[in-house]
Amino acid sequence: MTNSPPNRANSDTAAIKPIIQIRNVTKRFGQLAAVDDVSLDIMPGEFFVLLGPSGCGKTTLLRMIAGFELPTEGQILIDGQDMTGVPPNQRPVNMVFQSYAVFPHMNVRDNVAYGLKIARTPKKDIRDRVNEALALVKLDGLGDRMPDQLSGGQRQRVALARSLVMRPKVLLLDEPLSALDAKLRAAMQFELADLQEKVGITFVTVTHDQDEALSMASRIAVVNKGLIAQMATPSDLYEYPANRFVADFVGSVNLFEGRLIVDEPERAVVECPALGRVYINHGVTGPHEGTVHVALRPEKISLYRQGEAPPAPDAPVGHNLADGVIKGMSYLGDITVFQILMPSGQVMRVSRPNLSRFDQEDFTWEDRVSMRWHSSSPVVLLA
Amino acid sequence: MTGAGGQSWRTQKRVFATIATGPILWLLLFFIIPLAVLWAYSFGRNVGLTEIEISGTFANYAKAIEPLYLQIFGKSIAVAGLTTFICLIVGFPVALAITFATPKWKPWLLLGIMLPFWTNLLIRTYALMAVLRTEGYANQSLGWLWQLSSNARVVLGLQPLDAFEPLHLLYNNFAVVLGLVYVHLPFMVLPLYAALDRLDRSLIEASLDLGAGHFRTLLTIVAPLAAPGIISGVVITFVPALGAYLTPDLLGGTDSQMIANVIERQFKRANDWPFGSALSFMLMYATFIMIAWQAQRERKLMRTGIGPDVGARA
Repeated sequence: MTNSPPNRANSDTAAIKPIIQIRNVTKRFGQLAAVDDVSLDIMPGEFFVLLGPSGCGKTTLLRMIAGFELPTEGQILIDGQDMTGVPPNQRPVNMVFQSYAVFPHMNVRDNVAYGLKIARTPKKDIRDRVNEALALVKLDGLGDRMPDQLSGGQRQRVALARSLVMRPKVLLLDEPLSALDAKLRAAMQFELADLQEKVGITFVTVTHDQDEALSMASRIAVVNKGLIAQMATPSDLYEYPANRFVADFVGSVNLFEGRLIVDEPERAVVECPALGRVYINHGVTGPHEGTVHVALRPEKISLYRQGEAPPAPDAPVGHNLADGVIKGMSYLGDITVFQILMPSGQVMRVSRPNLSRFDQEDFTWEDRVSMRWHSSSPVVLLA
Repeated sequence: MTGAGGQSWRTQKRVFATIATGPILWLLLFFIIPLAVLWAYSFGRNVGLTEIEISGTFANYAKAIEPLYLQIFGKSIAVAGLTTFICLIVGFPVALAITFATPKWKPWLLLGIMLPFWTNLLIRTYALMAVLRTEGYANQSLGWLWQLSSNARVVLGLQPLDAFEPLHLLYNNFAVVLGLVYVHLPFMVLPLYAALDRLDRSLIEASLDLGAGHFRTLLTIVAPLAAPGIISGVVITFVPALGAYLTPDLLGGTDSQMIANVIERQFKRANDWPFGSALSFMLMYATFIMIAWQAQRERKLMRTGIGPDVGARA
């Protein structure tokens, strides 16, 4: 699933050619490699998200696709065309900037028409296409407004319309939702995904927000220190993280060090000093000499009063069970997150949905509890 | 913090009074009162050599709008306007270059722009004279080039050129405009740089991204958004250029005197303080009109969203 070689997609999906091919691209600023030998293919119609912490190189990668930065090494192809030496104003891509970059001295209509005027599109076509684009982003009727008469969300729609009206092969979005407030952000996530489906243009988005990435993307590349840590669909990324960085960065996770003591095709057991024996209902592939890590998501753990946990139906007695004391609780409305101190001294995060109004009263500080999880839940990480 | 501090300044009247008294007294004694005296003189007439009678006459103003003086006013405006225009044409690329220079180079380039301020205007003007005079560096260099091409013609078997005639670069209108441009260029570059540096770079990138070339982006995005800087640059170049005295005095010929030179003559050689005062106030009114125009333009730009806070808004 990681770093696919450039020709992999060609052989797998013979008919469809990737719209963007990034081949061994490195970008160095001085000594520092912001992007380090990255190769990836983006297929037409994808909603592709580059996800990573700030300074990981994801924005640099996006800006290299747009042509605002030049790769130190490697090659970027858009629709099969080598983009080396092609300036931004001649690339078949358009970008929505983080600050939106709506021209403050032009009204909405002139902003959206800007690119078409430069392309010397006939006046009538400009009018029709601008109206169409404004309707698409639900800004009809606001064409005569100046940008400072618009809200942040509306300005972003102007930026979207201004790019979409150019009918680019790929739309690049740099942190498109970071400047919006939480409610609007959630609504825009759905709207962007909707819009992408409607126009059928490939979207490539950069974000540091995992919720945003998971909810919008058809495929995500997690970027860390200029390298791609994992590339997968949102659910694969969450359920089968390839390494500790991805497990920790995407969602929240409990990580335990351990040693594989059983590894057969249908079952594996990891002996974790801080957690006990973890039973897994499938084998582990790959080299696993020495230390491995077990990742357990907080929502995949059930909570019981100490000693009241029924024996696990799918694991040998004494496996996939742990005791502890509740040391912290945060009530978040839909769920409550518990911090449970185990005898080993390590803390386990457990989240529990508040199914009824009184669920939050079941457990409280200093309660002694037992935790149990299904044998399909733990993920063994080799890296 | 600043808001609350500003509020308490206003409420602490005694502190405010204590701090403001000094500067207010200073301005009153050395600026307002002398100016008021001159203003009064402009409505007076000479009686005897040193005495001025303030009679409330408008004769001085009537004289000031006689064709002879109006022509000099017009000429001063033309020279200052030309100077401002050349400063804008030369200064805009310079300001752009500084804006997009690497962080390492930027302070040095800015220093280069401000360095002339550290040298006395008189010395700078004399230095320019050394360049422009008949046997100056400019003519020497041109003479050398002339000689070189003449020699080249001889080598190629052609007739040698006639002897080099030094160009008359000094004591004319050309020298005055050149000197004024040289002196006032920093006044143009600095506000332009301030406006350009504040510009959100992603606006430029967005324009390129939408297919515009660099020149188109400069005309349709950069220049309109730098308008407040252009206007302040124009005003603070034009106003001092209009009142320039030293430059036309030293570099100009007999026909290149500007209004400040005429005013000086009234106060000194002609010993006609009332008329000199009237001319001074005419100049000042012209300046006021310029500044009012600038304020008006700036307010209008603020309303359309290109005001100074355009970056903060993005």
